[in-house]
Amino acid sequence: MRHRLLSGAAGAGALALVLTGCVPNNVAGAAALTVEMTDDTCVVSEATTTAGAVTFSITNKGTDVNEFEILAEDKLRIVGEKENVTPGQTVSYVAHLGPGTYYTACKFQLIGAPIGVAEFTVTGEASAVSADEQALTDQAVTNYISYITSQVAELVPQVQAFTDAYASGDDETARSLFASARVSYERIEPTAEAFGDLDPKIDYREVDAVAEGLDWTGFHRIEKDLWPPTEGALNSDGESAFLDWAPSTAQERTAYADGLVADVQELADLVSAKDFTVSLADISNGSIGLLDEVAVRKISGEEDWWSHTDLYDFYANVQGAEVAFGNVKNIATSKDAEGTALVKDIDSEFTALEALLAKYGSLETGFVDYSTVTEAQRKELSDQVNALAEPLSKLTHTVLGLSE
Amino acid sequence: MTNEESTASEADAQPTGLSRRGLLGLVGAGAAGIALGGGTVAAIGLNAPNGVGVSTVYPFFGEHQAGITTPAQDRLHFAAYDLVAGTTRDDLIELLKDWSFAAARLTAGQDVTENGAVDGSPLAPPDDTGEALGLPASGLTITFGFGPTLFTTDDGVDRFGIAERRPDLLAKPPRFSGDALRPESGGGDLCIQACADDPQVAVHAIRNLSRIAFGRASIRWSQLGFGRTSSTSTSQVTPRNLFGFKDGTANIKSEETSTVAEQVWVASGDGPDWLTGGSYLVTRKIRMIIEAWDRTQLQEQEAVIGRSKGEGAPLSGGKEFTAPDFAATGAAGQDIIGADAHVRLAHPTATGGSQLLRRGYNFVDGNDELGRLDAGLFFISFQRSPEQFIAVQRNLARDALNEYIKHVGSAIFAVPPGAAKTSYVGAGLFA
Repeated sequence: MRHRLLSGAAGAGALALVLTGCVPNNVAGAAALTVEMTDDTCVVSEATTTAGAVTFSITNKGTDVNEFEILAEDKLRIVGEKENVTPGQTVSYVAHLGPGTYYTACKFQLIGAPIGVAEFTVTGEASAVSADEQALTDQAVTNYISYITSQVAELVPQVQAFTDAYASGDDETARSLFASARVSYERIEPTAEAFGDLDPKIDYREVDAVAEGLDWTGFHRIEKDLWPPTEGALNSDGESAFLDWAPSTAQERTAYADGLVADVQELADLVSAKDFTVSLADISNGSIGLLDEVAVRKISGEEDWWSHTDLYDFYANVQGAEVAFGNVKNIATSKDAEGTALVKDIDSEFTALEALLAKYGSLETGFVDYSTVTEAQRKELSDQVNALAEPLSKLTHTVLGLSE
Repeated sequence: MTNEESTASEADAQPTGLSRRGLLGLVGAGAAGIALGGGTVAAIGLNAPNGVGVSTVYPFFGEHQAGITTPAQDRLHFAAYDLVAGTTRDDLIELLKDWSFAAARLTAGQDVTENGAVDGSPLAPPDDTGEALGLPASGLTITFGFGPTLFTTDDGVDRFGIAERRPDLLAKPPRFSGDALRPESGGGDLCIQACADDPQVAVHAIRNLSRIAFGRASIRWSQLGFGRTSSTSTSQVTPRNLFGFKDGTANIKSEETSTVAEQVWVASGDGPDWLTGGSYLVTRKIRMIIEAWDRTQLQEQEAVIGRSKGEGAPLSGGKEFTAPDFAATGAAGQDIIGADAHVRLAHPTATGGSQLLRRGYNFVDGNDELGRLDAGLFFISFQRSPEQFIAVQRNLARDALNEYIKHVGSAIFAVPPGAAKTSYVGAGLFA
């Protein structure tokens, strides 16, 4: 669960264009599709195509820079994207797609939630997974970086809206935005944690900040203002909730709001930097790291101590783990029968965990207050997390294929 | 045998018996007529009837209390007590006398009184609970400590007229990273650390001492430990904690007499005189998230600790007792022992020279409500000043190990010096 990600950010730029670079253009029989993007629409000419190299001819008819994305069935994992399509420009983009369900979408100004999300079905036969391990690795890395960038791009405006409400004293709106504003962050937490002092500023709980002698800022500082403790309440370290704490003044609220926005923007700048990269092990370790985050902090209810919105974080961590896994599973499968069996195990345990979580709500409709989840139910969740974490913890070894 | 060991016959000189109240605790209110015979003790500890053979006996009386530099025994039963409402200063003194009397007998391998488990009146419950009958002393040590609340309650009440004798340093430690403290498993007015090589002997001690205290003090929290996690003597092999790593390699060893004098015993002038020759005892109940640890890659586990798992050698090379080379770098210029490795942050070079005499134990308290082992390390350290512990623990704020642990219990006690044979433990505090 430790996050020693991104320690070697050197030698990154070379990977950026690999996805398109390793896919042959104009394979016979592959359909040429058109994509028309505006500031608020994203229309693909066909909703179905056949497996293979698929060429998209993308035209930006909007007023500012845009991005075309192909998402996996989970609507999170990016399997291909074309960034920086400028107004008036038409570009050609080739994605290599196997049979399955995908979603196409655009991201106006490269920020915020995907626009015009539409189902996109690919039929036909799966081609054999490439034996070219380097190509698979490059693709996994490229797509994972795209995913991180995309999540941070969603995070920035959500945090802005949340902190605007908080700073203006509209607590009801702020409370309604708190859990969802954290989702994108929780999906990529190991990446943020790799940037040393950013995660402490954005996501530290009070007890950690106090113990480390840091100024307590970020999401959880705001959370405590929005869900103030009642008299006699204890913090998660057993101390009085009022020890060294008082509700923030209007001035302090502005400072915490501005600080969180700035820190999240810094994260966005860092992951958009040309030299930002991740290794294959970072991705697979990030997957188990997210799940252990669930096992240790979310199951116990320590994370969102005052708001009890832990299940949103829980779900987002699981999604993040699944995306990371999804990015490398082709590599695991390409190894041997054992790798294939491991992938199958992990897939089915993810499905089981998500089914279990669905009993408590969804990101769209909201999750129940975690304090209403009984000990027996928490045990059931914990057991399923462990059932998934055991095979998932073997992923790095399998993916990297080191001899024992 | 170290010079701290001797035969049980030294306890012969112990002149006191249990007080009336101490006896009431044993035989029940209203039952009278048990003669203690002046508390003369027979040296049965070395001649256990079951023929187990020679067993180590550590004398209870001496310059320092036993159970600190004593080679760490394998088993622990630790209990913290609160005095019951209405207990007076005289009651407290009487309790300490009773405990001293009983501890001297128990550590000698004897029943808690002469009548013991089976030689008393058939119409009365036995003085001794009996489960240690036939067991040798098993290296039992019983160590007493005084918590901050003994001197002044949290409400500021001086119940026993000793508030002004409270050492300034005897105070609840500050908040630390990873704290998830449960108030009910920390603190306490008094504490008893019972260590032995036989778990039944350690439990027997706490059980009987608790019984003696009924009506005056009752257990606030307690802890069983089943495997030592530190060596306090160079004669001992370094044991492993529940992370599977050797623990306590760099611990203070009793043979390092100058280090012990400098780091463990309170010296004259450090604080109130009554504590000179004593020490400060810190306990931290550290829950390990072992399920997450167990699915961590070996190389990551070793990076977290900064040592190899097999040999226990520092990652910078050598054998277990080779000094870590914190300046060593790898091919890419990275630290071989990471900046957040436990061994780096806990090392005296990183803590301003502060060292602790650690005497912790592994524990498994069954399982938690989620079906996970409720397991970890019951950390115990002795030091000349609590500031040594605070310096080390503060330095561990960014320890890589913190991802796998939570501190759920915390307590601090002043451990008075050892008692003279004609006296009782803590007498200096009331002089």
